[in-house]
Amino acid sequence: MLAFIIKRLANAVFVMLSVTFLAFVIFTAVGDPVDQMLNEQATQEQRDELRERLGLEAPFLVQYSKFVARAATGDFGISFRNQQDVLAMIGERFPATFELVLVATFISLVVGVPMGVITAIRRQTWYAEAMQFTSIIGVSLPSFVVGIGLILIFSVWLGWFPAFGRGETVDLGWWSTGLLTHSGRMSIVLPALSLSLFQITLVMRLVRAEMLEVLRSDFIKFARARGVPARRLHFSHALRNCLMPVVTMTAMQVGGLIAFALVTETVFQWPGMGLLFIQAVTFVDVPIMAAYLCIVALIFVVLNTIVDMAYAVIDPRLKGADA
Amino acid sequence: MTDQADRKVLSRTEAFFDSDLWWSFKAHKSAVGAAIVLALVIVAAFCAPVLSPQDPYDLAALELWNAELPPIWMEGGQMPYLLGTDVQGRDILSGILYGTRISIVIGVASVVVSLFVGIGLGLMAGYYGGWIDNVLMRVGDVLLSIPIVLVAILVSSVAQQFLPPAWREAGVAAVLVLAIAMYSWVQYARVVRAQTMVERRKEYVQASRLVGTPARRLMLKHILPNTLTPIFVAATLNFGLAILIEATLSFLGVGMPPNQPSLGTLIRVGNQYLFSGSWWIVLFPSIQLCILVVAVNMLGDWLRDALNPKLR
Repeated sequence: MLAFIIKRLANAVFVMLSVTFLAFVIFTAVGDPVDQMLNEQATQEQRDELRERLGLEAPFLVQYSKFVARAATGDFGISFRNQQDVLAMIGERFPATFELVLVATFISLVVGVPMGVITAIRRQTWYAEAMQFTSIIGVSLPSFVVGIGLILIFSVWLGWFPAFGRGETVDLGWWSTGLLTHSGRMSIVLPALSLSLFQITLVMRLVRAEMLEVLRSDFIKFARARGVPARRLHFSHALRNCLMPVVTMTAMQVGGLIAFALVTETVFQWPGMGLLFIQAVTFVDVPIMAAYLCIVALIFVVLNTIVDMAYAVIDPRLKGADA
Repeated sequence: MTDQADRKVLSRTEAFFDSDLWWSFKAHKSAVGAAIVLALVIVAAFCAPVLSPQDPYDLAALELWNAELPPIWMEGGQMPYLLGTDVQGRDILSGILYGTRISIVIGVASVVVSLFVGIGLGLMAGYYGGWIDNVLMRVGDVLLSIPIVLVAILVSSVAQQFLPPAWREAGVAAVLVLAIAMYSWVQYARVVRAQTMVERRKEYVQASRLVGTPARRLMLKHILPNTLTPIFVAATLNFGLAILIEATLSFLGVGMPPNQPSLGTLIRVGNQYLFSGSWWIVLFPSIQLCILVVAVNMLGDWLRDALNPKLR
């Protein structure tokens, strides 16, 4: 058990080191920071002095370890483009992305779970078949096409929801939320829907597969024989036994959603981290790119590690294994 | 003797049309439908120079007074612009046909590259084990623990910085192929590795090794054919994924440039005119992209079930 946890933690640290290494390689590979920080009239002495001051003369590995040490304290330097602290810029954008991911996850559960149950218990009906078929299309549709489609239908043609931006936001000290104003709530509908579509199909397929498995088990047969009403049987007894994998998958997908939100944010001009990243990519603003990569990877790795360890605690079969 | 005379010797094509796979294919209407649609899309894309009414790369053929024409069935639509034109007077249908060709080529190329890398590394990791195995699988773990879009965006945007200007036009597609392949080889490598580790211990491999078959031949001729079924399924599904990633990258502006537009680039460009009422510029390339990916995925889904021995 302890060995498993240590192994998982070591693995997480290894992944993070590799990601920071990648970020650092990008950092050093894309242009010489001295060229970007000094103007063209700078003398060779000035250049050498700055070089010395930035520690660019040091060997590669020394520079890398300094980069990791600074990144660990949250110091990613300043943006090449507007000279602001990178971490502060990302922190400012984080609430927007997080709210978007949260609402999308909520939608995917509220819609996906009942759809999964229905497709499992009413397998032969036309509407279950239709849902199954839609789910194949749901995984195939590119997220940005879904976003554009939603904008075209609900903003351009029907005019129900705004097509871009976050609406009015309320400042709660260190967190700015759009969920408390009417325009903020209206603005989040389309982006969250487009981000959640893939997730809905994933949840639906998972719940369906789990339900089919559980419905075959003995305790369901006994409950049915005892005369438990079908609704209670399906939604209370059977569904409860399917929720564990759904919760795990949802937790693991949050990291992926945060990363994937950058596509949705670009479509809807949603002022989150992803949009910041994409703008940084267009202007080759390397500190922001490196910091975003590290932060998203960190969220991703932390979530996966927690889920893995929670599994080891919950699932007794993993306890004996030396995995 | 009579026994052998009765037995019909099947040629390769006959064997194919007599196989379980073919029967299963014929039984699945959705698979047949998807295959027909896919074949039509591919043929249309590769016959683009013959089929399309206009060469979208030829700037001289563009007429500005034909700009933003609606599709033919709407008021103001004109022949030969069946699906309308964009703001530069470029025929949408021609753009789509050429764009599909680029999307398909990049998708196929990235699948081929990642197959080569994945199978090669997977065989070596499974056959030799030891540190080669450890290093390869660690690298794979790391790649899989970063979200795929992020890896592809970073690789493609950074690599494009390094291309010398003269190479930029030709190099972008190659960079995209590598950016997509960088991620997907891991899956093949894992499958091949696991299968190789099983096969390596079997008697036929041991026997072959005893008579002195070189390791390379052993891996390629004896072990590899026994690992291919799951690879085949994964490659089909990854082809759809590759097209999607390429389209996403191009949509985000780190993929194909507007002068060699793929479907994603067309959607990116058209997206700017969404609010001006010219919805057809963005809608038709989007539909084409969806049709292409849905067809590939439906084929992949069928193939996965058809080749799964448990579902027989």
